[in-house]
Amino acid sequence: MILRRPFFWIILLIAAGFIYAPLHGNNVSLREDLILIAIAIILASNLNLMIGYTGYVNFGHIVFYGLGGYVGLYLTTVRGWNLVLSALVAGVVVSLCGFLFGLAILRLRGAYFALATIGILQAVQAFVSNFDPWGRSTGMYLSFASYQPLGGARRALWITYFLIIAVMALSMILSLAIKNSKFGLGLFAIREDEDAAVVLGVNATLYKAIIYSVSAFLPAVAGALMFFKNGMIDPSIAFEYMLSLEGIVMLMLGGQGSVIGAALGGTLYEKLRSYLLTSPVLSNFHLVIAGGLLLMVVLFAPGGLIGWLYRWVPRSRKVIE
Amino acid sequence: MSALLEVRGVSKRFGGLVAVSDVSFSIAEGEILGLIGPNGAGKTTLFNIVNGVYKADQGSITFAGKDITRYSPDKVVHLGLARTHQIVKPLNDLTVLDNVTVGACFGREYLDMAAARKVASEVLQQVGLGDRADLVARSLTIAGKKRLEVARALAAKPKLLLLDEVLAGLNPTEVATMIELVRKIRDSGISVLMIEHLMQAIMSLSNRVVVLNLGRKLAEGLPDEVVHNSDVVEAYLGFPDIVDKLTRTD
Repeated sequence: MILRRPFFWIILLIAAGFIYAPLHGNNVSLREDLILIAIAIILASNLNLMIGYTGYVNFGHIVFYGLGGYVGLYLTTVRGWNLVLSALVAGVVVSLCGFLFGLAILRLRGAYFALATIGILQAVQAFVSNFDPWGRSTGMYLSFASYQPLGGARRALWITYFLIIAVMALSMILSLAIKNSKFGLGLFAIREDEDAAVVLGVNATLYKAIIYSVSAFLPAVAGALMFFKNGMIDPSIAFEYMLSLEGIVMLMLGGQGSVIGAALGGTLYEKLRSYLLTSPVLSNFHLVIAGGLLLMVVLFAPGGLIGWLYRWVPRSRKVIE
Repeated sequence: MSALLEVRGVSKRFGGLVAVSDVSFSIAEGEILGLIGPNGAGKTTLFNIVNGVYKADQGSITFAGKDITRYSPDKVVHLGLARTHQIVKPLNDLTVLDNVTVGACFGREYLDMAAARKVASEVLQQVGLGDRADLVARSLTIAGKKRLEVARALAAKPKLLLLDEVLAGLNPTEVATMIELVRKIRDSGISVLMIEHLMQAIMSLSNRVVVLNLGRKLAEGLPDEVVHNSDVVEAYLGFPDIVDKLTRTD
């Protein structure tokens, strides 16, 4: 049972900290910092399901986040649905899309799969840029009235924040649950040697399509919430290729395959990025740093921070998941 | 005795190369069938066709009364037909126990995690890897990895086990323990189809032997008959009468 895992309670504790810290003293600027970290953790954790667990590098993971944002904003603004329902529907719709994409491209392996994920990202972005109901390349704006059902803009932003923290906690819990399940063991087998896994009885085609689709769900929900909070969306910010790449850097930095590794990498990278972005000398320098960082990690610590910890303190494997 | 596995007229070509051509044989329950032949005879290709890695161009394969000719490898395992690989394929970064747990989880009985772990521990004891359970698979020696292959296949609780050169690369002591292990597997009621180059093992273990050469079935019969068959001797050594020449005493 997952409730018996100490790590489950650590996740809840982290989420509680995220909620308590900005609420204490109504600190809006801290809230805005934490929301970016939460989004980074959500993206890195779900990307981890593909890269760390299954061994398939997805360069276009951000497509789920962007599509979720579009579906969510469309439902709240144009259809007038409530936020939670819109976000959930966005998650389901995008997961289904993910399942279909997955069946199509998961026959490919290695570099060819990675290339196909870039293709998916480009194709979806091109489609959305020409899709009339979603405002083509100018995107969509949230009408101020959409905040009314949640009790005005100020309250709506706090509610959205809490929901995003909930999605963050769920992302980590999902990673933890899969890691300790039979399904997860099947994924690990695929990561280690797909041919051997199939001969041992793992239905690799189905498993890969399911995990691809599962890794789409929570990022899509997060996208719906985040773009609701921002109040607008357009194709270039929804499908930002850089963010997709940065997700991979976060994961490699923290340690792929590890639940806390993904979260830690997301946090550290986001901290570093916001520092570099706001520093006048180094503005826009963050991508250079990101590239260098990725290179260092891949060369000297391929397991990331957690892999490094595992190597020096082997016993930590049992506690830190 | 009814046949557990029935292979009828199976052929497979890769481009212009006919790897396996019109091969038929069957295995009864509780039998060990040896599959021998010179390098490149098509033995491993035949294994790959039987367990579904390759699709046969012609012919049919029936296992436990079901036509499995078009089945994928994962479905074949669920029916109770497990195999090992000649070139070992350990799941390197997983522990030895996890490797075997995969076999138990996705095998014939499709066990849940807790039950699979139990079966995996038992099987590891059986093959003599009990004290290595917590090591990562990559750290095993080649003999250890061969045993791991066997353990993973056994954990699937098969009715028929395909062993692809499990003795190759082992030292004499390891060979002796592995032969003993295969005999125990047979005694526990699992049929075995084994590819092997080591004649000593084939002679002492097999109930019957099938010889493959250049993709065709050359001979079939009791081990003693087969090794004295002049076609077989020619395929291996080049001269049909070399046995007579070598054993002549005048």
